[in-house]
Amino acid sequence: MEVVLPALVLAAVIALLVLQPLRTPSTESASDPRADLEAAKEAKYREIKDAELDFRMGKLSEADWRPLDAELRGQAIAILRDLDRLEGRRM
Amino acid sequence: MSSADVGTAALVVGLGTALYAVGAGAYAGRTGRREWAASARRAIYALLGLLLLAMVLLEAAYVRSDFSFELVAQNSSTDTPTFYKLTAMWSSQAGSLLLWVFLLSAFSSAVLFLTRRRLREIAPYATAVLGGVAAFFLFLMLFYASPFATLGSPPVEGSGLNPLLRHPAMMFHPPMLYTGYVGFTIPFAFAVGALLKRRTGPEWIRATRRFALVAWTFLGFGILLGSLWSYSELGWGGYWAWDPVENASLMPWLTGTAFIHSIMVQEKRGMLRTWNVSLIVATFMLALLGTFLVRSGILDSIHAFGESTLGKPFLVFIATVLIASVALVVSRRSDLRSDARVDALLSREVFFLLNNLVLILICVVIFWGTFFPLISEALTGTEESVGPPFFNGIIAPIALVLVGLSAIGPLLTWRRNSFSLLRRAFAVPLAVAVVTVVALLAFTDAAEGGLALVMFTLAAFVATVVVQEFWRGTRARRTMTGEPPPVALSRLVGRNRRRYGGYVVHVGIAVLLLGVAGSSSFNEQKDVRLEPGETVTIKDYEVTYREPTVAIEDDRSGTGAPLSFGAVLDVRKDDEHFTMRPARNYYPSQSEAMGPVGRYFGGEATSEVDLRWGLKQDLWLAIQPDLRKLKGPIRRGNELPERFAGQAIVAVARHYADDPPPAAFRAIVSPLVVWIWLGGGIVMAGALLALWPSPEARRRRVTSLYAARLGRELSRA
Repeated sequence: MEVVLPALVLAAVIALLVLQPLRTPSTESASDPRADLEAAKEAKYREIKDAELDFRMGKLSEADWRPLDAELRGQAIAILRDLDRLEGRRM
Repeated sequence: MSSADVGTAALVVGLGTALYAVGAGAYAGRTGRREWAASARRAIYALLGLLLLAMVLLEAAYVRSDFSFELVAQNSSTDTPTFYKLTAMWSSQAGSLLLWVFLLSAFSSAVLFLTRRRLREIAPYATAVLGGVAAFFLFLMLFYASPFATLGSPPVEGSGLNPLLRHPAMMFHPPMLYTGYVGFTIPFAFAVGALLKRRTGPEWIRATRRFALVAWTFLGFGILLGSLWSYSELGWGGYWAWDPVENASLMPWLTGTAFIHSIMVQEKRGMLRTWNVSLIVATFMLALLGTFLVRSGILDSIHAFGESTLGKPFLVFIATVLIASVALVVSRRSDLRSDARVDALLSREVFFLLNNLVLILICVVIFWGTFFPLISEALTGTEESVGPPFFNGIIAPIALVLVGLSAIGPLLTWRRNSFSLLRRAFAVPLAVAVVTVVALLAFTDAAEGGLALVMFTLAAFVATVVVQEFWRGTRARRTMTGEPPPVALSRLVGRNRRRYGGYVVHVGIAVLLLGVAGSSSFNEQKDVRLEPGETVTIKDYEVTYREPTVAIEDDRSGTGAPLSFGAVLDVRKDDEHFTMRPARNYYPSQSEAMGPVGRYFGGEATSEVDLRWGLKQDLWLAIQPDLRKLKGPIRRGNELPERFAGQAIVAVARHYADDPPPAAFRAIVSPLVVWIWLGGGIVMAGALLALWPSPEARRRRVTSLYAARLGRELSRA
């Protein structure tokens, strides 16, 4: 029984903290992909840089690197377009 | 109201909070309601607070030696050194469960905080999974093994910490292992979330990759600390015995290694989606299995907690998670199709896949060998086990293939490779490997080691490949930027930490395996009985037993042992002279039947090994004093009134020192063992390098024209 009192106190504190967001319903969209797109953009940049480093190091021939680089840049541009579309900007 | 009541209350409310996180997270995942997702996330933060409170209360009980706590009475005593009091918690079943779930809540809170604005569809389901795993461990603590159980009539003195565990490595080993096990829960939870929401792209991998790497690093470090403990404390002279619990920790590390490699293939090429979710499910299952094995008592192990009642609930939980995960993966197979196909067999992705298959093969062999006693009993009714020769015989050659792949991988690029460029890249490493093998054959007896010779050669190959990669990268950067070499190297590594950190890890693994190959192929061991003045020769060492030593409440390792018998040995090697002092510590038994003096010799005893570390080889010495001649003095001491016990023990110790009987010694010369620990250190350094956030992550967003923006941002790298 001596557990009941501290349990009630702790439960009350926890409930206050945990249930607080429910009192102010969020207006944010459940599927805001901005942060995910930012992460995708960074990853694509990294991929482009990796390929360029491989080329400069002599691990990738120019004939292989050029089309790969163009393809990756195209994908990066597509991500940037999606990001801009999300922010309501137009070219 | 005692602190134990508050602790129990924290666990009760913690269980409720974790279950709330499950419900709120699942509801948010299904409906997309952000406020419920935020509430579920807060429940996980709150759980961390509750478990932190529970941890503090239990640690405080240990520090003040509050023997009304059953756990404190069982695992500590007033004379246990404070450091060991602080870490004694996880030497017990219930205490280690609390540590497990505390670490889980900390990791869960960290990942949910970092993804609070990302993965909005996946994160709520991941929160529910994390809450579910935490709820299971809280359930175990509340209904099977409570860390806050109290004793009606507390003893005046506790039983003390198991003497074998009084070793710094052993105190850090469990938290490291648990951090590893727990860390793999994070990518597992996000993988489940991704599958439930059919978002099987690389987003969940990007969000949790660092957690997988942290888990892998800590698990590896924990395994290494366990090996160090075994080598320097257990008195048998080895660092790996293929013990079931050791194997159980190695298996998730192997599948975790495979996962860390294969997620790169998904990130870069959109391939191996099914493989990746399957790998993380397997890794999490094996982490649970490792936790279960230590607690179930189904397999004999020196590391296990012994018989317990936790086996059944654990088994039910593992089976439930496994069935549910497999069903989920199968139901989402259409969403797990790859975006791309393999362009060429000679590509980095194919070698990563090969590396994965080899790692899984090693894991399967270890799984089979570990569970063979259960399998054989189920099939034949007789429990049979396989020993180190089984594991060594199969795994050693496979490990060589793995090291070979780890050397070739860095030389390859994604998609396709040109033969002429590869030929050039292989030239120097191959030349170094050939020179190494010739030098080893000409100047050493490495040829007698068989596989060890191959391992040494492969280690040289790996090291050369990595040095060459650093050199080629630096040269390329200098060409692009004109920076001086040190600056170019530093910026190259700083801006490609994941790549170069990984290469450093490859070198560390090769160095570690070099140590394993050398020490297992060329070690020499002698078990001898020596009188003072006698000498034994082992390899290049002459070891002479000079005199016995006794220490009362003053053991050299600071473990708090009341009695320690040892020896001073003079060692000569060529022109080098030094002394070594192995000892054996004695801890009193709680049994009064042995008498007030006898109980000091009838309890636990541990070897305090003395080690002479060396880059070339270690000299390892342990002593087993012969106590038979002390039976008379012990018996006479037992007959005295208890208040004279202290003086009687001093008299027994003096008798041993004045008229020393022959003592049994184990001497081992192990070549290259130190390279295992150095290799482990290199692995950790590489992992830290790979984990460190790259400058890209801090790069600001820009808003100009697409192509110009892309070009400018890329040129900053």
